Amino acid sequence: MMTPILAAAEPAGLNAYIPLIFVFILATFIGLDVIRNVSRLLHTPLMSLTNAISAIVIVGAILVAGPQIGDEHPLWISILGLVAIAAASVNIVSGFLITNRMLKMFKSRKPEDKA
Amino acid sequence: MTPEWRDALVQLAYLAASVLFIFSLKWMNSPASARRGVWAGVWAMVLGVGGTLLNPAVAVSSLPWIALAVMVGGIIGVPLSKVPLTAVPQRTALSHAFGGLAAGLVGTAKYYLWIHEGGHNLTTFRMFAISAEVILGFLTFTGSLMAAGKLQEILPGRPITYRGQLIVNFLTLGGAIACAVGLIINPQWTFLFPVLIILSLAFGVMLIIPIGGADMPTVIALLNSYAGLSAVAMGFVLDNTLLIIAGALDGSSGLILSIVMCKAMNRSFSNVLFGAFGSVQEETGGAAGQTVKSATPAEAAEIMEQADTVVIVPGYGMAVAQAQHRVRELYDQLTKRGINVKFAIHPVAGRMPGHMNVLLAEADIPYDDLIEMDEINPEMPQVDVVLVLGANDVVNPAAKNNPKSPIHGMPIIEADRAKTVLAVKRSMKPGFAGIDNELYTMDKTLMVFGDAKAVVGDMAKTFAGDSGIH
Repeated sequence: MMTPILAAAEPAGLNAYIPLIFVFILATFIGLDVIRNVSRLLHTPLMSLTNAISAIVIVGAILVAGPQIGDEHPLWISILGLVAIAAASVNIVSGFLITNRMLKMFKSRKPEDKA
Repeated sequence: MTPEWRDALVQLAYLAASVLFIFSLKWMNSPASARRGVWAGVWAMVLGVGGTLLNPAVAVSSLPWIALAVMVGGIIGVPLSKVPLTAVPQRTALSHAFGGLAAGLVGTAKYYLWIHEGGHNLTTFRMFAISAEVILGFLTFTGSLMAAGKLQEILPGRPITYRGQLIVNFLTLGGAIACAVGLIINPQWTFLFPVLIILSLAFGVMLIIPIGGADMPTVIALLNSYAGLSAVAMGFVLDNTLLIIAGALDGSSGLILSIVMCKAMNRSFSNVLFGAFGSVQEETGGAAGQTVKSATPAEAAEIMEQADTVVIVPGYGMAVAQAQHRVRELYDQLTKRGINVKFAIHPVAGRMPGHMNVLLAEADIPYDDLIEMDEINPEMPQVDVVLVLGANDVVNPAAKNNPKSPIHGMPIIEADRAKTVLAVKRSMKPGFAGIDNELYTMDKTLMVFGDAKAVVGDMAKTFAGDSGIH
């Protein structure tokens, strides 16, 4: 059996994943804290922004679509990756654009109106 | 560049991207800094994608194809960012569908790639992560498509229920989990993988069809959370910290929004998901023997003219009628007369979290006058006129007074405590939840029947007329 060049020679055991689990838990705590402070006014733009952020799955899609096609990496695997890239790109483009469009509409009352 | 340096550079790009994603969300804490947050997110994405392209695994020959796929996505994405703001809930749901699809496809590709390599890379932990990614990704895909279809009214908005639905749903999810367990025991049982995909896709559909339109704010938030968690699972599959961090931020955002929505309806997650709330009852007409007083838009305008403070309570009806720009005209006429106008925003008004705020912001209403439910309620007894505009259940006093009501315990905007209530409604038909609203039959309430846009337009015109502008 051929050992793939790119993947680690020996697949890691559970111990190797402990640091990643730390990252996940700590990031969740940061996330909960940061989101709790988001203005309620902005919950709709928040959702379209997180839409765009969750399109970070494009990173995984690129890693699947990227390798040289050949015996080790069949074409159809790359095609799945490319479809995933396109789907994620939809979210990146539309997510950031619509968030920006909505946020532009939020205006404070001008000081002179307050009287 | 040595491979070591290249690796370090990739990781540093990911680190910078993670920090920027956190700032991106942090800056959403106020409208003043929020646009900076969008830019932070854009730069984080650029660094994440750029870093990934530096990875030696990505062949130069693949780059044109990757660029092409990004362009295809962009071409679909641009029109999706230009939808009218009333359609933002369905756009968001559609977007979750794309995110779920991408995650599901990557998980599928990774599984077959590792099987192709002989399967030694499919450790127990990775197989667990792939299964989670595929289940969450594909159920988010079909579930979000269903939600988008309901919101766009391609599909019926009312809950679709049948006998034994819960059992069928649980069996489907249970089947998917059983396939996952089988694959974790032995990844070589490849026949289980397509079954896992099909059951996940089916479960997404079945999860959403019994949920009605008014529960969509919670459902969209929940699907947002699933999309984030599928990204986390992908991060574990690919040993990628950036995916884990960005996915965790998303997952927690969706979770918090769903909790806010559930609290605002005094309901639990399981009740939203399995309650088929909207099918409770369907009656026509108000309670028997109750008389309703009605007024014309011009009469209503006169009442508002005498007031010192007017509070407008918008609801989904305002969005449906596209009445927000007429509301702005009314707001201008009232404020010009020195009347203090505020908007009372219930967290679940509309079809997604924060929906009303965006619509009113679109109509140039300053956000300082958009007041949250908890802040406005204590002021209600001092309010001269409350104008209920396309809202119904969120102002129903039965939520406080009637323990038998299906919405009992739900926090409401206490319009019934104001001195006078004007309610704009098409007819006396009950709202989405099919519950009678005693607010409409109270002594101090005047109903103004008609389309929200036309009625508010007439009110604004009455003012414009008597201020002598020709």
